[in-house]
Amino acid sequence: MLFFSFFKSLVGKDVVVELKNDLSICGTLHSVDQYLNMKLIDISVSDPEKIPTYAFSQKLFRDQVDTQLLADSCRKELAEAKAKQ
Amino acid sequence: MAEQPKKEVVLNATIEEPLDLLRLSLEERVHVKMRTDRELRGKLRAFDQHLNMVLSEVEEIVTTRETDEDTFEEIYRQTKRTVPMLFVRGDSVILVSPPVRAS
Repeated sequence: MLFFSFFKSLVGKDVVVELKNDLSICGTLHSVDQYLNMKLIDISVSDPEKIPTYAFSQKLFRDQVDTQLLADSCRKELAEAKAKQ
Repeated sequence: MAEQPKKEVVLNATIEEPLDLLRLSLEERVHVKMRTDRELRGKLRAFDQHLNMVLSEVEEIVTTRETDEDTFEEIYRQTKRTVPMLFVRGDSVILVSPPVRAS
């Protein structure tokens, strides 16, 4: 809980998150959960050429995902899982 | 009532579990060995049972290994950087060494 509170106190501040694959993401801390998952907004990457997957995933997320379908499928799966219980 | 704070001090100085060593190192400089050939030296500001830590005035040393293509000699390169305030996720920590105390 200590670090959850710590990160909650940092919401709105600019942070750099370094991932396990060495990618560093700068952005404004928007929110954090109890597992220390973080949502950053207005992100930038210091060296995007170094990690081509980043450019790829950005394009992927922007253009190619049917978000509405994804959300509906997710709800469907959850409903099915619940029905099984 | 006057003895209450004194008792607490005595309790705080006891070592009962491994992480007590870290508790006694709070606000001291510690050495942290990390996975992927990284080392950190910094002042320990906070930690938890997962070894998540907040360190300040951190020096990070990254060691990279390269093999010379001709001689197959292994070359180690160290790159240093300093970070004013750093949160470390505990799952990448191998060991934490407390400061050397002159006793």
